[in-house]
Formats: sequence, C-alpha cells, structure tokens
Amino acid sequence: MTDKTIHKTIIIGSGPAGLTAAIYAGRANLKPIVFEGNQPGGQLTITTDVENFPGFPDGVMGPDMMDLFRNQAKKFGAECHFKHVTKVDLTSKPYRVFVGEEMFLSDTVIISTGASARMLGLEEEEQLMGYGISTCATCDGYFFKEKNIVVVGGGDSAMEEASFLTKFAKKVTIIHRREVFKASKIMLDRVRNNPLIDIIVNKSIESINGNQQDGISNIVLKDTVSGETSTFECEGVFYGIGHTPNTDLFKGMIDLNDNGYIITQSDSSLTNIPGVFACGDVQDDHYRQAITAAGSGCMAAIDAEKYLEENIIE
Amino acid sequence: MSDKTVKITDENFEELVINSEKLVIVDFWAEWCGPCKAIAPILDKICDQFGDNVVVGKVNVDEVKQTPVKYGIRSIPTLLFFNNGQIVKQEVGLQSEQTLIDSVNQIVS
Repeated sequence: MTDKTIHKTIIIGSGPAGLTAAIYAGRANLKPIVFEGNQPGGQLTITTDVENFPGFPDGVMGPDMMDLFRNQAKKFGAECHFKHVTKVDLTSKPYRVFVGEEMFLSDTVIISTGASARMLGLEEEEQLMGYGISTCATCDGYFFKEKNIVVVGGGDSAMEEASFLTKFAKKVTIIHRREVFKASKIMLDRVRNNPLIDIIVNKSIESINGNQQDGISNIVLKDTVSGETSTFECEGVFYGIGHTPNTDLFKGMIDLNDNGYIITQSDSSLTNIPGVFACGDVQDDHYRQAITAAGSGCMAAIDAEKYLEENIIE
Repeated sequence: MSDKTVKITDENFEELVINSEKLVIVDFWAEWCGPCKAIAPILDKICDQFGDNVVVGKVNVDEVKQTPVKYGIRSIPTLLFFNNGQIVKQEVGLQSEQTLIDSVNQIVS
C-alpha cells in the first residue's frame, strides 16, 4: 500500500521525546504522523513511579504519564499509529518511511527511537528472554517470588533493579565483571546494607542454562582475573548493563558517534541530513531523562517547523 | 480491560479457551505492567479487525493464580495462541500490530 500524501513531518518513536515533538508539531499545524514502534510510550512504560517529572508532585506511573502525553498530542492533531518503522530512505526528498510494505512520504523526519536494554550477546538469550532472562525488573520480578535471582551489572540501574527485586526474591545476587562499580555511592550503600542482596565481583556470565518449559536452572560464571569457571544456581537473570541506541534503521545514512548514537549539531536537534532531526535518548547517552528527552523533542519540532518555512514551498 | 475482550479465570479457562472453537489469544497481564498497558489497545484492534474469528482472553496474573504457573509464565505480557485447545504460538513482550496480524493470519488461514 502506498500513501501518496507528502506529510509535513513524520515522527518515529513515541517516548517523551517523540510525543513532545508531536505536541509542538501538532500545535504548529504540521499534522504530525507518529509511528509509535514496538514499545508505544517508550522506556517509561516499563518503569513504575516517575517522581522527578515537574508537575507531578505526588509522582505518576510511567505508562499513565505516556498516555497523558499521547492524549495531549492527539488533541492537537497528531496521528498516532501502533506501527513499527522497518526502513527509511533519507537519500532523496521527500523522505520515505516504510512500515513493512507500506510507504509514507514526508518533508521532514523526527527521529525519537530511543534506546533499548543492552544484551550480553549470549547465544541462548533470544530463546530464554521472557523465560527467565529479563530486562525489566518491574515487569517480571513478580514471577520470581521466593526464588534466587541474579542481577548483572555495576551501574545505578542494576542497583535499583536489585533493590526492587528483593520485594519478591529469596536472594538477589549482583554479578559484576569488575571490582569497581559505576553506581553512585548512595545506591551502592543501599544494596550493601540489604541483607537479601549478595555481591559477586570480577565474574562474567559465560552461559545461561535452561529452557522455555522449566526456565533457568543455573548460569556459568567466569572469573575475570583467574579465568576459572564455576556454576551458580539461580532461576532468574535480570540485565542492568546499560542501553544501546535504536539506530539500526539509520546506519550508513545518518552520522552516528562511536557508541551508535545520532550526532546532533550543538544546541539543536539537527542531524547531518537537512530536514531530519533527532531527539531523546537516541542522541543522548548522558542525561537520559524523561524531561530532557521531552525538551529535545520540543526542539526537534521547532527545528522542523523552521526548516519547513525556509525550504518547503507549499 | 475493554469490553471487546473476555476475562479468563482458573475456573473458566477450560471452557473459554481449551474448548473454544475459535482461535483464542490469551493475554497474561497485570495492572502494574507498563508494556501490558501498551499492548492492550493493540489487542483491541485485533478484536476489531478479526471480529468473530478471534477471541482475546485476558488473564490478570494478580487474580488468577494457577493458570500462569501451569503455563510457566515468567514475563508479561505473554500471549499464548490457543487453537483447538493447543498452544500454536506464543509471544513474550510487546508486539507490534503487524506482528500480531501476521500471526493470526498464519493460524486462521
């Protein structure tokens, strides 16, 4: 199916950045099309309470907040689709955005595809994801009541996951491949003082053993100093090893930095392609907050509006 | 929960899922699960699109105790596709509308 309409702006992604861009673009009468992707609402939909977003003194549930964002965007004419963009062509104008066989044309594209939890890269990950391996403690912790759980990672998100999981688990063991933690002191103190949490350092995970029927039975650890391997019994493995930007769609087309994040020109959302803008976590590996993502989404919409005024004759 | 879907419990599972003559997509979910909220409207659209050919059943894992354990659910949302009482497909985590449409088409066609 081909839609011949040339849209003014297509927004790819629906976290705080994409939906804020949609609100601003909607109010600017750009009739934005939002392709929400495989995780409508973005990473906030796998959190619980958001306590640091201004305007919500009592906190707000991540998914509820994203519903509010979406409703606000729709109010100003944004068209939100539960569709996942599979390909883009930014080499000629108008830009082309594909959802499977469907093609959409647009004068500008706002990229807000965010970031996803990083994997360890083990062969068995795909098979066991959701069957004992998890990247979302708030979603899956519930299924590990009175079980032994491992959390992999050494940063704040791993510490937070470990603390959260003690609500359910018999024991939580943090496994970190180094001796030094990236986590902040306050988070580290919190896990060190929690009697339900053990910490193992200088070990990496070699393999995770289990199947979809019975879940995980154990993992094999390798000592990063001595190289010795050992088996560790556990029923759940939660990843807290950071994020990787969702930029596969744009590789070779848009300038990315060494870590795969989209490079934007300073103090703007401009990418190296005129009329293509990036906002949110896909271009930010530093702040990574809902409020900074929303701020950059606003910038992208304003940048797109200005570009349309200057370059596109109606 | 929307009125397009059917509430499944331990008690009615046999009757409404196993003995169903239609394809039943069973959605394991909970109130506190963000991705479950995100997939709900997508499942509503599946109900709209396939009408009488497909039933979407909802298992609230906070209320329904035995069924999630029986099927080894360790992550939500998990979707189990039952056709003639057999699991013919399962999907863990958020799925796009297109993925679900493709899955249903594959099974019912």
